[in-house]
Amino acid sequence: MSFVEIYNTLRLEELKAFIYSRSENDVADVLGKEKRLSEWDFMTLLSPAAGKFIEDLAACSAAITRKRFGNVIQLYIPLYLSNECTNICTYCGFSVTNKIPRIVLTREQIKKEAEAVKAYGFEHLLLVTGESSRRAGVEYLKMALEVVNPYFSNLSIEVQPLKLNEYKELREYSVHAVLVYQETYHCESYRRYHPRGKKSNFEYRLETPDRIGAAGMHKIGLGVLLGLEDWRVDAAVMAVHLRYLEQRYWRTKYSVSFPRLRPAEGVDLGTLSVTERDLLQLICALRIFDPDLELSLSTRESAYFRDHVIPLGITTVSAGSRTDPGGYSVLKKELKQFEIDDSRSPLEVAEAIKRIGLEPVWKDWDRAFGGERCGGAAAKAS
Amino acid sequence: MDTLQIGSYKFNSRLFLGTGKFSSNTLMREAIEASGSELVTVALKRVKPGEDNDQLLNHLKIERVRIIPNTSGARTAEEALFAARLAREAIRTDLVKLEIHPDPRYLLPDPFETLKAAELLVKDDFTVLPYTGADPVLCKKLEEVGVAAVMPLGAPIGSNQGLKTRSMLEIIIEESRVPVVIDAGLGLPSHAADALEIGADAVLVNTAIATAGDPVLMARAFKEAVSAGRRAYLAGRAAIRSAADASSPLTSFLDSSVVNGR
Repeated sequence: MSFVEIYNTLRLEELKAFIYSRSENDVADVLGKEKRLSEWDFMTLLSPAAGKFIEDLAACSAAITRKRFGNVIQLYIPLYLSNECTNICTYCGFSVTNKIPRIVLTREQIKKEAEAVKAYGFEHLLLVTGESSRRAGVEYLKMALEVVNPYFSNLSIEVQPLKLNEYKELREYSVHAVLVYQETYHCESYRRYHPRGKKSNFEYRLETPDRIGAAGMHKIGLGVLLGLEDWRVDAAVMAVHLRYLEQRYWRTKYSVSFPRLRPAEGVDLGTLSVTERDLLQLICALRIFDPDLELSLSTRESAYFRDHVIPLGITTVSAGSRTDPGGYSVLKKELKQFEIDDSRSPLEVAEAIKRIGLEPVWKDWDRAFGGERCGGAAAKAS
Repeated sequence: MDTLQIGSYKFNSRLFLGTGKFSSNTLMREAIEASGSELVTVALKRVKPGEDNDQLLNHLKIERVRIIPNTSGARTAEEALFAARLAREAIRTDLVKLEIHPDPRYLLPDPFETLKAAELLVKDDFTVLPYTGADPVLCKKLEEVGVAAVMPLGAPIGSNQGLKTRSMLEIIIEESRVPVVIDAGLGLPSHAADALEIGADAVLVNTAIATAGDPVLMARAFKEAVSAGRRAYLAGRAAIRSAADASSPLTSFLDSSVVNGR
């Protein structure tokens, strides 16, 4: 059994009709609930009617976040290893049809990149690749993990969906979290946006968090690419997915990121764009739905928006990010996956976090809990 | 002097503090100072072992305050052991607050892994303070393997609900031969006073202070509540009665009728 079976029972049009028919009274009822919210309650908070309650949503979300996570914000930085990709994702700068120089960092280059971001003070690192099992497959990832491990306390990956055994192997290399975004839960749209490559298999991607959970990873990162489909419906299905995963893989933590489509080479933004107001509503609704969820906001968003939204529900932010492989040290000005908006240095972001009354946290994990192959405790699935 | 002894360590304050969730290290330090606490716990995962200039640890260099590293993040006994040994090297103490919570949402302690790890850590000469569920049998078993104190929860960690496990805590306090430190769930100074009044030896507080509007003022309030609760326990509470004890009894006329000669 995997989430695919549950997904197949969902009727997205019905969810959409429910969301768009909610009244202000329905929203007030949900906001007054003291018990844990259901997926239906969450959909009510996503509704256009709930948009009018944005101030209440923000206050509630901020209070829950401070109580559960305290007055701290976790910092991390992405390190792009490769822009090699065999998929067509019609919105992505790395898409195989884009005629751009392709780079796969070598061991030496990865080391230089690791040293460059470590110099900023980072302890939590996210390794990112495009999908190329030939040039940046599991063996390549293991090599990269071995190189970066001595520098960092916490390692996450955002790479192509892998097999169960591969995830188990990567745990031994100290991988703490795996991020895999469904992009959209709308099956037909998904196939339109991903016409070629391994990624075109909707179900395989949908089952990926099940494999990550079964492998005993500490954290699974979910997300939808905001702007591909109706964001309210996509977020609703993601919440159903999240609750399924939380109950099934109960030892695992969950995080959600909010990638909003930004201009990149060959991208048509279309008409489904998501406004900052929408994004804030989504962040607050998710926080109220799930007080324990880590919510991550990247440098895709502007400094102004981030500084104002961070205290309202966010737990984790990146800073000083570059989305081009080698961008921190070895290869300047290669092609990016997407444009970043908040271009402040990590130190500037940390200072901004302090100014809003929160403590930037650089380290909240230790290699002691990592895999045997990288010097930690045995990472046998518990 | 009413001192608390845990292993070979003595404490004048019965308020222990956590160091997470504060909006700055400076504020954390001020709150610890105001609390009068002599024992604060730090997650190994938040510090850099082997690094002399760790920001968090630097702010905890306070006279009279001991640091007890905790193994938060460990999901198995094996991971906890590994973390405890690293912490012993980094912080140079044999004290360890054993935390094994495989469930990241409610952070509830795993009884099986905790007992296993406690036994091994005791054999490895640690002074072990395990965070546990409010389970009297488990607490006795932990005592048998040689822990220095038990730390049962009052309510889920961070929930600020008070002594939700009161009935079980009362049994644990009654039966325990090692100090009982109520850890987790205390949201108000009155909850802490409550814990000391029922005979707990100490309490550990974090969220209620760190996320208060004024953490320093709240730390002081907890200090006073813990002290009041302890004194109330030592004083011995008055018995609870189901009926009012009226100062002018309803039946006194029976006696006065004799006096009046009627």
